Amino acid sequence: MVRQVNRMSPFNVTSLVLGLAFLYLPIVILVIYSFNASRLVTVWGGWSLRWYFEFFNDRAMLDAAWMSLRVAAVSATIATLLGTLAAVGLARGERFRGRALFSGMLYAPLVMPEVISGLSLLLLFVALNAERGFWTVTIAHTTLTMCFVTVVVQSRLASLDRSLEEAAMDLGCNPVQAFIRVTLPLIVPAIAAGWMLAFTLSLDDVVIASFTTGPGSATLPIRIYSEVRLGVKPEINAICTMVIALIAVVIVIASLASKLSSTQGKSAAPL
Amino acid sequence: MSARRIFAQPARYAAIAPYLWMVLFFLVPFGFVLKISLSQTAIAQPPYLPVFDLAEGWAAITAAFSQLSLDNFGLLASDSLYLSSYLRSVVVAVISTLMLLVIGYPIAYGMARLPQRWQPIAMMLVIVPFWTSFLIRIYAWINILQHDGLLNKVLLALHVVSAPVVWLSTDTAMYIGIVYSYLPFMILPLYATLSKLDASLLEAAADLGASPRRAFWLVTFPLSLPGVGAGALLCFIPILGEFVIPDLLAGSGSMMIGQTLWLEFFTNKDWPVAAAAAIALLVLLVPPLVLYDRMQRRQLGGAN
Repeated sequence: MVRQVNRMSPFNVTSLVLGLAFLYLPIVILVIYSFNASRLVTVWGGWSLRWYFEFFNDRAMLDAAWMSLRVAAVSATIATLLGTLAAVGLARGERFRGRALFSGMLYAPLVMPEVISGLSLLLLFVALNAERGFWTVTIAHTTLTMCFVTVVVQSRLASLDRSLEEAAMDLGCNPVQAFIRVTLPLIVPAIAAGWMLAFTLSLDDVVIASFTTGPGSATLPIRIYSEVRLGVKPEINAICTMVIALIAVVIVIASLASKLSSTQGKSAAPL
Repeated sequence: MSARRIFAQPARYAAIAPYLWMVLFFLVPFGFVLKISLSQTAIAQPPYLPVFDLAEGWAAITAAFSQLSLDNFGLLASDSLYLSSYLRSVVVAVISTLMLLVIGYPIAYGMARLPQRWQPIAMMLVIVPFWTSFLIRIYAWINILQHDGLLNKVLLALHVVSAPVVWLSTDTAMYIGIVYSYLPFMILPLYATLSKLDASLLEAAADLGASPRRAFWLVTFPLSLPGVGAGALLCFIPILGEFVIPDLLAGSGSMMIGQTLWLEFFTNKDWPVAAAAAIALLVLLVPPLVLYDRMQRRQLGGAN
């Protein structure tokens, strides 16, 4: 059935190579210039780590980075918990009252422009008279990212063979035990992928954080954003390179984890 | 079957916590946007009137309700600043989507024609930049596009231009940034449909005497239209509400609706008008969303 003919035309090869170059070159250039010794971003002055040292001496940037990491870790964890529960409710809850509203509320933030999500949450926090800072940003990011977690976990649950859960219950498990012993181990890769997605989304967000944060608690993207508006600085290249490296490490760990669990089960994470 | 029903009950309980969370942090805030879009601007903290004060009882609330008005929407519809930013959002989204289609299609097509075992690798390569921070990718382009950046250096060295070209703060820079950021959104749905195409259809076309080019336009392209539609809408919808890319890369001359909202909120401190702009932006999103939903449904219906 599968006919393995190489049908690549020169046009196909060219567009693929150019396309991938377009996707990767800017990032590669950014990384290379972060090791530039020269203060002028555009003049090559030899290899150097000075902009990395500069960052580690920049109190405000360090604070922002620490704030971002905390927000990303906490919001991704809460979002993974809530998103997984929501996915279980949607995928296994059959019909229940308010189901349409529930799935609507979970899908809407996926397409909602960030300016609107940010504005609406800020209006809530102002009305509640909540002090803006770490927790308001964390809640905002949790609300957005749990929807992504729900989608990832729900699609995994939908593809699971339900007779496994039924067999567990026939063998005397109650539903909660069946879920914890049978379903949960099978969806762990999806949950890990969901956490990772939530973490990177939170680390990336500048718009929602700008609305929901307060004075003195800027996240890293907010700091980068305000610096970038003033122009290119080599220190920013170094910070960006470190963020890229961090995300790369997270992706590698997660894909290793999902490979490990897929040798036990036989599933792979969707992303 | 009965096991399934037993399972449903605790699964519903699982939904309670996320349900309450979304009501409190999605639905209720949205109600606030609606309410404040109908309020009046005030020099106060918070900067709008009327403010509901639950402590003052029902009479105060009904009095507050009677003060609500559609004035802000009237302002949006009559002031050329808002109208032009509304229009610009649509124009930018349409042009970017077309550019993405023209650039993304050949790439997706090339991916679909790769030998089978290379295709997952190519897909990974397209997805990975999507994981890298959005802001960082825009920043990477500022590096390249600035006055003495790499692009101008290359162009000068190749004698394509005699003096550095101004790229930053132009629409060209903005379109480059948008195409760069959204390219994976266009490539992936296109690749998904193109890779599922039955190769024997093309062989049949060739057997019947069609040239490869003719076969592409008569067979491949029409069959890939669902992917084209999905990719186009997946790009069009978020680009409409885009803020960061136009703010960093385009000039300050004309704004998209997301930028207008930001300006009203942060610079002019006019919260009611910002809220009204948010509602207007949502209204703008409804038709493409309905279209997307209908397309997905038709796809599912066709599959069964």
